[in-house]
Amino acid sequence: MEIKVNFIAYEKLNGLSMEEKLNFILKEVEKGQILVLEKGLTTEEQAKLIEMTMKDINDGFVGIEMESYMEERKSFWQKLFGKSRARMTVVGPADKLKTVYRDKDVIKAVIKAR
Amino acid sequence: MGIFSKLSSWLLSIFGKRHVRIGIYGPPNAGKTTLANRIAMDWAGEIVGETSEVPHETRKIQKKDKIVIKDGKASLIIDIVDTPGIATKVDFHDFLEYGLSEEEAKKRAKEATEGVIEAIKWLDNVEGVILLMDSTKNPFTQVNITILGNLEARELPVIIAANKIDLNGSTPATLKSAFPQHEVIPISALNGTNMNLLYEAMVRKFGKGK
Repeated sequence: MEIKVNFIAYEKLNGLSMEEKLNFILKEVEKGQILVLEKGLTTEEQAKLIEMTMKDINDGFVGIEMESYMEERKSFWQKLFGKSRARMTVVGPADKLKTVYRDKDVIKAVIKAR
Repeated sequence: MGIFSKLSSWLLSIFGKRHVRIGIYGPPNAGKTTLANRIAMDWAGEIVGETSEVPHETRKIQKKDKIVIKDGKASLIIDIVDTPGIATKVDFHDFLEYGLSEEEAKKRAKEATEGVIEAIKWLDNVEGVILLMDSTKNPFTQVNITILGNLEARELPVIIAANKIDLNGSTPATLKSAFPQHEVIPISALNGTNMNLLYEAMVRKFGKGK
């Protein structure tokens, strides 16, 4: 079975509203695709994505697996507006993507084919 | 807010006894309700909710109001908010392993998803957070990172409680090194170990507000 891993450039999602961006991500993941976002999600977007995921869970979709490397140093604007953004986010369907090890600098994941 | 509540808050602020709403957050099965029960039993003689080994036992917000906790001469009035565990996935098949019927498991899963949403929304209604982590597990999870990031964005005071230090394999030092910018208190909510340290930290941290 083929599993698609899509590397999404910053430009693809830049300019979309948070709702549009998260809808795009969730629809792709529900189709079984794994996404690697060049520019990661903010923690606010991560929380909203979890909320949206919970609303969509059913017998065929059990949720998402998501991992992010957060930025170590916040920029002036991030400090001003209290936002923290991931440098990179990987998100996929929980029944296909499973994190097996995670620490500050390393994420090891397996992709399960059925 | 009624005039008596305003007067009460004003008098409390004058005499330095703050009244704050504290959320207990964390992933499923970290021991959030066990901790809420421990705090409520220690200071009010009542429990907040039922506990279970089955994940997502708490699927709705549970509260216990006006608990006075003391540390020496200092004290703090808290409304304790026990929140459903936050997760990125909920699979009803996981509940079948605990002997639930398929119908019960699906119902629990549905309620669990609603609980996660409610817990996230309640981040806007709390004034301080105890983020509870299972010290026998890897702390670098997306749920922990997302919760912490949202607390930092809201500038909410947070204490990380490294729970389950009574179990073999507990490594609270890992949590301390994982989140060096936050205060980490190793505890066992189940048997009460180090609860005095947690109460001291709560009075100190939540008593002064943001």
